[in-house]
Amino acid sequence: MLIIMALLPFLGALLPSLMIRAGRNACAIFTALPTFLALVILLILSPSVMRGEVLQAELAWLPQIGLSASFFLDGLGLLFAGMILGVGLLITLYARFYLSGEDPMGQFYTFLLLFQGAMLGIVLSDNILLLLVFWELTSLSSFLLIGYWKHLPEGRQGARMALAVTGSGGLAMIAGMLILGNIVGSYNLTDILQAGDAIRASDWYLPALILILLGAFTKSAQFPFHFWLPQAMAAPTPVSAYLHSATMVKAGVFLMARMWPVLSGTDAWFNIVTTTGLITMVLGALIALFKNDLKALLAYSTVSQLGLMTMLLGFGTQVAAVAAVFHIINHLTFKAALFMTAGIVDHETHTRDIRRLGGLRHLMPVTFVIATISALSMAGIPFLNGFLSKEMMLEEASHTGLFGSPSALPILATIGALLSVAYSFRFVVHVFLGPVRDDYPHKPHDPPFGMWAAPALLACLVVLIGVAPFLAEGIVTAAANAVTGADLHPHFKIWHGFTPALWMSVVAVVSGAILLLQYGMLDRVWEALPRPEAKTIFDHLVAAVVAGARRVTEITHNGAISRYLAIFTIASVALGWVAYSGGGLGPRTRDLLAVPLVVAVGWLMLIVATGYVVVNHHHRFRALVLIGVIGLTVSAGFVYLSAPDLALTQISVETVTIMLLLLALHFLPKVTPRESSLALRLRDGAIATVAGLGVGGLAYAFLLRDTDTISDYFIANSYEGGGGTNVVNVILVDFRGFDTYGEIIVLGIAGFLIFSLMHALLDGPAAKRLRARDYSQDRSHDRHPLMMVVVTRVLMPIAMVVGIYIFLRGHNAPGGGFVAGLVVAIALLMQYMASGFAWTQARKRIEYHTLIGMGVVIAGLTGAGAWLFGQPFLTSAYTYVHIAPVEEFELATAMLFDLGVFLTVLGAVMLMLYSLSRIARFAGETVNMEPMDYDPSEHVDDGKVKV
Amino acid sequence: MEFLVASAVGVLTAGGVYLLLRLRTFPVILGIALLSYAVNVFLFASGRLAIDKSPILAKYGEASYTDPLPQALVLTAIVISFGMTAVLVMIGLGAYLEADSDRIDIEDTEEDTGA
Repeated sequence: MLIIMALLPFLGALLPSLMIRAGRNACAIFTALPTFLALVILLILSPSVMRGEVLQAELAWLPQIGLSASFFLDGLGLLFAGMILGVGLLITLYARFYLSGEDPMGQFYTFLLLFQGAMLGIVLSDNILLLLVFWELTSLSSFLLIGYWKHLPEGRQGARMALAVTGSGGLAMIAGMLILGNIVGSYNLTDILQAGDAIRASDWYLPALILILLGAFTKSAQFPFHFWLPQAMAAPTPVSAYLHSATMVKAGVFLMARMWPVLSGTDAWFNIVTTTGLITMVLGALIALFKNDLKALLAYSTVSQLGLMTMLLGFGTQVAAVAAVFHIINHLTFKAALFMTAGIVDHETHTRDIRRLGGLRHLMPVTFVIATISALSMAGIPFLNGFLSKEMMLEEASHTGLFGSPSALPILATIGALLSVAYSFRFVVHVFLGPVRDDYPHKPHDPPFGMWAAPALLACLVVLIGVAPFLAEGIVTAAANAVTGADLHPHFKIWHGFTPALWMSVVAVVSGAILLLQYGMLDRVWEALPRPEAKTIFDHLVAAVVAGARRVTEITHNGAISRYLAIFTIASVALGWVAYSGGGLGPRTRDLLAVPLVVAVGWLMLIVATGYVVVNHHHRFRALVLIGVIGLTVSAGFVYLSAPDLALTQISVETVTIMLLLLALHFLPKVTPRESSLALRLRDGAIATVAGLGVGGLAYAFLLRDTDTISDYFIANSYEGGGGTNVVNVILVDFRGFDTYGEIIVLGIAGFLIFSLMHALLDGPAAKRLRARDYSQDRSHDRHPLMMVVVTRVLMPIAMVVGIYIFLRGHNAPGGGFVAGLVVAIALLMQYMASGFAWTQARKRIEYHTLIGMGVVIAGLTGAGAWLFGQPFLTSAYTYVHIAPVEEFELATAMLFDLGVFLTVLGAVMLMLYSLSRIARFAGETVNMEPMDYDPSEHVDDGKVKV
Repeated sequence: MEFLVASAVGVLTAGGVYLLLRLRTFPVILGIALLSYAVNVFLFASGRLAIDKSPILAKYGEASYTDPLPQALVLTAIVISFGMTAVLVMIGLGAYLEADSDRIDIEDTEEDTGA
């Protein structure tokens, strides 16, 4: 039940976007549906929670890191879940009428439900890692909601700022939560809540506290992070009412309440939280008084009220915690109603500027009544719910000392209350009272019932709780007991007698009213005072960070690849040296093998060729030829050193690589200009020498020493388990088949990549450049020589047979899919070389893309076939068959897999070279209709051949 | 023999790194080719050197074999390094055709005009 409830908003989030096609009403109804269902579930669950039970549900998610999708519902969770879902329903209704026809409503409701789900997740999570996930989700979804009106620059900026501030706070909180989890040894909230003493005694308590509070303060817009909330007011009003008064900004308060039994009760907690809350309360109220934008006024008042709750939690006493919980409910009712009325005023008059409003009570009587009730509650007038919790706050403040001074806190709290009276009155007086004006941007009247129904309901609650506070006792008790972990039975009364709190209240209301009477004068003073603008500071800060990041990037990442490579090489060598000097070298255990003369000559060839390539790399063609020499020497070395498979592969890869590079060289400059200075060359030479010595030394060191190898297993099981005597091939297609499968996919992707690069290239300006360039001098007069055409035609079937032979014997003797694919590719490439690209292309029947695809599919299906027999992926089976004229041979599923390898290699190699040679067509290569340039059957006269 | 292989790996690495640090695409591609040889031989040599001990199981009698595992790894590495070289060649070619220059470093235009 609990899990279903937590997931309902997420599941429902897709509905609005789909249902918007059925009309705006259907869309709103289908948004309300999941919310309503979740609320019903909550109501079903609530009686047992009210009795003090804690409901739990768990789904394992990533148990390895202590993350599980576990939820629990206690009094605090019940309170918040009820608020989130209840206000969610009201907001859905309100938004239906608030959003205009041009706004994409489906999108709005989807975002809203996403946010609702994330918020619900926070209050229900029993795992702090899960809580963090939801925490970040609220930041993200609120980003989407604040920036909902994408066309407004303020909306985008506000959304970005909110994300930056709350997101970075969230990062701090992740660190804090991880510390907490480490102290306790569990990430389960229920475990952590039991371990309060251990946490407070830990050395890591203070860092964890500060980090978690950073997360809570940024989310709940506490000073000095308060500035993002007013900026977020660019959001549509339903969002402001929902996120920025009722739910999201309370997530920080919720978290502090949640962690209250564990973290509170220390001096650090008291000093940090109380002071921050107090400053925020007074400062927010002060700024709110002087704001002319209705929503900005409400935003700063929210900041101030959040400060009040924070301060109460900071006190660390149980009564204060009760007051905080009570105020959460009261603030929700009057502030959401106020935001909605502000939205109505904006909607009707087309302005939110208080200076252009006034006298609306005659034009919008219903709205006036709702606004007045809510605002008076915010001011703390008796018989309205705001009075009750504010009274409790003042009572607590009156006997709490701060930093050794007994009177500082009561005085400041009274000032905060006084200012909040002033701005609450201002909201009513300057908007609704006074003479009716005739210069409203739009003639206002009361909105349709659907729009004022939601705030009216909330206003009713304000009065109801205000008159009969015992109605709220049940839920507040349940929540407060969950916060404090104690068994409290608070009783709310309107009349407490002539307590200090009452006198503070009286002072606040009277002076608040006087303050408003003198508003004109105060406003002038305020305007004249210099005051730091948080947004500007934030913008400067962001700009400075961006500039700093750019400077670092420019220094470290300046576009000189050769420099990165040099740094990389030096760093690798240095790391190798560190590793070497940290350990020792074991004794030498292997004897040197003898060096026959032929081998020494081969070695010499390799060294000389490498040296020549390095010294004469400016002549690209010559260097390329010598690369071929090196490759062939390496292949010969493989043959000599008992690696026939490697030799076969190396020699065929060598061939295609050289062809590829030759093709590319055709379009590139033929010589490299000498542009490096001598110093640069010496530097590079030194780096290269050091790297070479390092790698060579390492190789020499391990060649003289034995090592443990796992290969004995392969040799022992190759025949019995894999059915082949060529151990290397059996490893490739059987033991390590998964690796091979991955490799051929990579190769196939490389083929496609080259193909699409070629296409992108030929569609761009490069194609024009290619056409303009003249390659005719490079061209041979005898491009398709008779001898070559004839020889390649004769060789073709032979090469094919060789390829098939190599493929078939691969399992038992050197060969296999890789080599066979390369050999067949070379045979085909020779046709291209002999008769030209276009001529050969026209005679091709199968697309190379298809080959790659078929290869991967065959290999994959072979592997998956093992599933049919209940075996893991790529388990091979084999048998021996004997067909009369042929020798006994083996049929293994591994061979089918090797067929896949063969096809992929063939397809990829062909696709790569095909792509390169297609460029030649663009470079103005002519197309020959005949396979060769000279047709020997044609008539010859004058000793000249007709072309 | 061991010395020859080790020194060949060292020389190939040094040559590869030197060419890698050049300023034009083609030498860099050649450098990568040399480095691929070096790396492949290096990996292969980690199975230790052996002569006439191919990892092909003998039908009759006892025989000793060289380590087949590095060979299997290197075999695929050779093929993949071809694929990588091909992609690099294509990118280099594309860059040359698009920019009409085969330099690998981005020129610092701001500094050029500012100085």
